[in-house]
Amino acid sequence: MGVRGLIDMKVTIDGQEIDVEPGTTILQAARKIGGESVPPAMCYYSKLKGSGGKCRCCLVEVSKGSEADPRPMPKLVASCVTGCMDGMEVKSISSERVLDARKSVTEFLLINHPLDCPVCDQAGECDLQNLSFKHGAAKTRFIEEKRTFEPENIGPNIQLHMNRCIVCYRCVMTADQLTDNRVHGVLNRGDHSQISTAISKAIDNEFSGNMIDVCPVGALTDKTFRFKQRVWFNKPYNAHRNCDKCCGKTTLWMFGNEIQRVTARKDEYHEVEEFICNECRFDHKDTADWVIEGPRKFEKDSVINQNNYTRHIKPVVIETEHNILLGRDKDRKKISMTGVPMKPEEQKVLKEGNV
Amino acid sequence: MARKILLEHANVPGIKTYEVYRQHGGYRSVEKALKSMTPDEVVEEVKTSGLRGRGGAGFPTGMKWSFIDKKSGKPRHLVCNADESEPGTFKDRFLMEYIPHLLIEGMITSSYALGCNLSYIYIRGEYMWVFRILETAIKEAYAAGWLGKNIMGTGWDLDLHVHCGAGAYICGEETALIESLEGKRGNPRIKPPFPAVSGLWANPTVVNNVESIAVVPWIVNNTGAEYAKIGIGRSTGTKLISASGHCKNPGVYEIELGLSVDEFMNSDEYLGGMMDDRPLKALIPGGSSVPILPANLIFKNAEGGDRLMSYESLSEGGFATGSMLGSGGFIVYNDTTCVVRNTWNFSRFYHHESCGQCSPCREGTGWMEKVLHRIENGHGREEDIELLWDIQRKIEGNTICPLGDAAAWPVAAAIRHFRDEFEYHVRFPEKIKNRDHFVNEPFEKVKHLVAKQAVI
Repeated sequence: MGVRGLIDMKVTIDGQEIDVEPGTTILQAARKIGGESVPPAMCYYSKLKGSGGKCRCCLVEVSKGSEADPRPMPKLVASCVTGCMDGMEVKSISSERVLDARKSVTEFLLINHPLDCPVCDQAGECDLQNLSFKHGAAKTRFIEEKRTFEPENIGPNIQLHMNRCIVCYRCVMTADQLTDNRVHGVLNRGDHSQISTAISKAIDNEFSGNMIDVCPVGALTDKTFRFKQRVWFNKPYNAHRNCDKCCGKTTLWMFGNEIQRVTARKDEYHEVEEFICNECRFDHKDTADWVIEGPRKFEKDSVINQNNYTRHIKPVVIETEHNILLGRDKDRKKISMTGVPMKPEEQKVLKEGNV
Repeated sequence: MARKILLEHANVPGIKTYEVYRQHGGYRSVEKALKSMTPDEVVEEVKTSGLRGRGGAGFPTGMKWSFIDKKSGKPRHLVCNADESEPGTFKDRFLMEYIPHLLIEGMITSSYALGCNLSYIYIRGEYMWVFRILETAIKEAYAAGWLGKNIMGTGWDLDLHVHCGAGAYICGEETALIESLEGKRGNPRIKPPFPAVSGLWANPTVVNNVESIAVVPWIVNNTGAEYAKIGIGRSTGTKLISASGHCKNPGVYEIELGLSVDEFMNSDEYLGGMMDDRPLKALIPGGSSVPILPANLIFKNAEGGDRLMSYESLSEGGFATGSMLGSGGFIVYNDTTCVVRNTWNFSRFYHHESCGQCSPCREGTGWMEKVLHRIENGHGREEDIELLWDIQRKIEGNTICPLGDAAAWPVAAAIRHFRDEFEYHVRFPEKIKNRDHFVNEPFEKVKHLVAKQAVI
């Protein structure tokens, strides 16, 4: 009978079988298999209790409920909150319905999103970018004005950009589960739901910085890193320091010898391995504070690898550079000329008009 | 005269007060249940009665009760859903306002059946005066010994509280209601676990509509078999219908299920036909979220059979040619109505009431509202109709709770049955700019314009 334990359950996702323990969700089982069948997750975060089920990106089709009850489930189910059953058969990318639903959800998430990736600090490590790259349409069908929010200052370390928010509740759960006093939450309802402190209070807590790491989009970003660098121009290094508040294990985002940003270490699903404290994150931007372990690897197709350590970067030679610079010098001289050489009649027209 | 179960004593003067209610046989079901029946026997009676949930979904109440987890030993709760916010539905308000003790008697008997010691009535915040009426009635019931410790010397305790919502339609969804009752933001929970296993404060909970609970005393007094004799097929018993719109006698009516729509609409006992000589154009039989029916599908179904007021008959033909009984919000439209405007109005409501938790509903309801607003105001494009269809299709079935479906269905039905009216709006913005289109010029008279356009 093989090595299957008695309590294990067999689940088939896109034709790939896997044995999982009872209590495993479909998404977790899919992540065990890995590859293309893993549904995207915008709101589920394995380290946060009670997360998931909200963004509807991870909808899958259950074509066979279980060995005991083989009826298929009529609706698509959110794989992050649906438990596996023995003998369950799930279709993720092999189902047209699922792909259609993912496309729809992507479209819904993008209609009110400002699409300001060129100026967004999250660009390059944004879950919504990844999602729309895979499932988004090239053209929008939304011609109305996008909904916007008043900017709100939530303190010196964290930048809240509400227009980009997809209301995944991850930051609310982080504050609930990591910190003692949650001072922010979701206000209002419908498409006007917003993350806010209600009375414009700074979020001031030793672990509040983790809200930045859990945010799947650029709604919560690091103020100390704001507009400093595109993430793919940074070189990420694993580093640690002795910290009495947290594990002290971080990723440093370097530009030359400068530490531009400190984050927790994130795995391939962009979930942090361990949460870190604000002191590590915001206050230690000196290389002397850290023990650098070595470069941090990212999944193959991540844009962060553009500046990776292994590729040999050749110096770029522009053949025409010399002449371009020469021409630019000439132009510069022309512009800084004190008098414009005009013909006398032109000068007269300029002064008196041509009437 | 049709049989009255809920509204039997509605017109007795002073029925609001405990004394008069008691004189007319009130609280007999509590006596009967507590003295001569076990809780399981009461559940069995309700099962036999075939009573189906009156809140809209029509799930058999007795079956719902039998799902409640009695093995875990956790305290159980009964919650009455009086957060009646569906546009077009106002039956529970009538019931609670005029016969509050009927609901309280139902709550006591049902709580006994489920073995609850703590029960709640969750009422919408807009019904503040009804809230006070219920509070008074509960005080009277406490004073008379129907609530509190050791009721009728049986050793069974029950506390009943009325809780006031703060004006959110979504809190009528059972898990959002439970969240709200716990003092949290009214977001629907992700199921499973179902409330029958883990509801209010993680205890097994049953959430029932006001009307479903109010009918329990009659079932206990007269047996479930007697109740099952009323009605037709699987739609047993009577149902309160709240009629509004362009009919002659709008109001709350108690009907036996199985009455034909034609009779309900046109007999003098009920609606008495249309309010004036403008003809019937459309009907929404069960509150704003169920599909609208065009005139040719109201009295007859697609096969030509009589359409009856029952769960099955109204949904004959599926969504293609049918609708749903829903919560019984019967809205009648004559030919001055603009279906596009009406749909926009509903969409605006769902946009306003979406909780914002899951993306399809949060973004989709707002989008539909904006597109419909554009079409209604003469800025529609030909492709907007297809776009609307696509948006509603993408919301339906992909959301956490049924609000997404409720927002999608009216739009889908309006496009399905009244597509030419949408086209008219898109193609003749001049004709609709004064907002009085169809009042002086019914759509029947201008229909040919759209048809002609379509040929070209």
